[in-house]
Amino acid sequence: MIEVSNLTKRYAGRTAVDDISFTVARGEIVGLLGPNGAGKSTTMRVLSGFMPATSGTVKVAGFDVFHDSEETRRRIGYMPENNPLYGEMRVREYLKFRARLKGLGWRKSRERVSTVMEQCSLTDVGRRVIGQLSKGYKQRVGLADALVHEPELIILDEPTIGLDPQQIRAVRALIKSLAGKHTVLISTHILPEVEMMCGRVLIMLDGRVLASDTPENLQRRMAGGNQIIAEIAAPEDVLRSVWENLPEVEQFDVSPGEGSYWRCAITPHDGQDLRPLIYALAQENNWMLRELTRSRHSLEDIYMQVTKPAAEEIE
Amino acid sequence: MRIFGTLLRRELGTFFLSLSGYVIIAAVTLLTGLSFVVLVQNLGTDPTPMPITEMFYRTYFFWLIVLLIAPVITMRLFALEKATGTFETLMTTPVGDVAVVAAKFSAALIFYMFAWLPLLGCLFILRHFTHQNVGMDVGTIGGMFIGTFLTGGLFLSLGCFASALTKSQVAAAMISFVLGVSLFAMGFLASAIPAATQWQSQVIAYFGLFEQMHDFARGVLDTRTLVFYVSATFLFLFLTLRVVESRRWK
Repeated sequence: MIEVSNLTKRYAGRTAVDDISFTVARGEIVGLLGPNGAGKSTTMRVLSGFMPATSGTVKVAGFDVFHDSEETRRRIGYMPENNPLYGEMRVREYLKFRARLKGLGWRKSRERVSTVMEQCSLTDVGRRVIGQLSKGYKQRVGLADALVHEPELIILDEPTIGLDPQQIRAVRALIKSLAGKHTVLISTHILPEVEMMCGRVLIMLDGRVLASDTPENLQRRMAGGNQIIAEIAAPEDVLRSVWENLPEVEQFDVSPGEGSYWRCAITPHDGQDLRPLIYALAQENNWMLRELTRSRHSLEDIYMQVTKPAAEEIE
Repeated sequence: MRIFGTLLRRELGTFFLSLSGYVIIAAVTLLTGLSFVVLVQNLGTDPTPMPITEMFYRTYFFWLIVLLIAPVITMRLFALEKATGTFETLMTTPVGDVAVVAAKFSAALIFYMFAWLPLLGCLFILRHFTHQNVGMDVGTIGGMFIGTFLTGGLFLSLGCFASALTKSQVAAAMISFVLGVSLFAMGFLASAIPAATQWQSQVIAYFGLFEQMHDFARGVLDTRTLVFYVSATFLFLFLTLRVVESRRWK
């Protein structure tokens, strides 16, 4: 659905996107993840046909976004950052206006506006002035606008920014429901969001794509670092010597827990699962064991790890 | 064409559904009213062979109004959309740049002409109380409105251009005001500097907006001025279009 090859975008004196390539298949929900200023919005602006690339090509549904700009724009529903809307218009009026701009006929636009208003739960506010709506409603108006012409590709730039948790949940559910029927590209710097909604993640930093995989695969790739947390009531020196002498343990850390318990954070070799072993040890030595968990690396850790080198450079 | 209609309706909507639109109309009405008070005062003292419409343009009120309201009407057109980001949502729909520029300019022009309608009221009142038809026939009034339309088109296209250049409405208004006043002042340049050669004075004479308006007010339609106004308007609209397109080659 999207083919980006060697895309570079330079603003006067600054390279925002630096030679990136990726593809997105039809029906996928892909998250574009990265800190502020990583080039997410720029990439999306180029994809949406608002700005041309400095070099490289971008194809959407087989059409070049620069040479067949109109054809691609017909196929894209784009919600820019901060979701700009005409505050003086009414919700239904605005959506109808947008539908007409996107080439829908009079009858068709009426029909589609009603559908998307229902889809985005906007039916109650159809006659309200957009400027007076709450942020959550405005965001949904923006989403409805992106959906109104049934685009093949939906590009959403930070769709949940500034919403309260309830509204975020509603917007996420809505986006998730689009999977399969539409291809969706979302940018965000909120990690759980990507984990929840996206089938694939592109991690961007300083205009480059650093990693591209499913959230699960990224986690698996990090599996070597899986930590085990065990809270055990036993003398500290005993615990230390036990961990030190276990060949399976690569690294450990013992810190005081509540009462007589010690909290041990153990990193195994090659992602082995040490939990049965620790349980056996506790039983053997008659230690009290009250917690034994394996902490999975969240996307956050992966993200931090991937984006770390640059952060250090800045320091 | 269908998209042009949709865009035009929205642009007109923002004029007529916003407070600023009515503030502009009220300001124009006040100024035309004032100018008529001055005019009627003058009529009471000296007899004059001039048609009333021409006298109206002698008062400078007309130019004051045009020079002031054209930037105010147009400053919003592109600058506001750029500032709020709606320009991005607009330009990523399959609309052409030409349709956008044309719709914005047309809406501004229609609104501008609408703001002048109270002037017609003034003329009718005058006619009603003086029981005279002198200098107020369809020809002169028509000529006057054509003149108003043409000058409006020129100054509004200047305003469109200025608005497309910047994100700031204030900057847009300032640019178009300065451009407009300079253009207006060109006409006076002709009489201020002694023209060295024939062609120089002739060229400058084409910019004599003030003099040309007198012709319109008398009901005289000169093709040269017509061509001048229309081509200058299109020149600035073309420049506006280039500025709007420029994001593609930046």
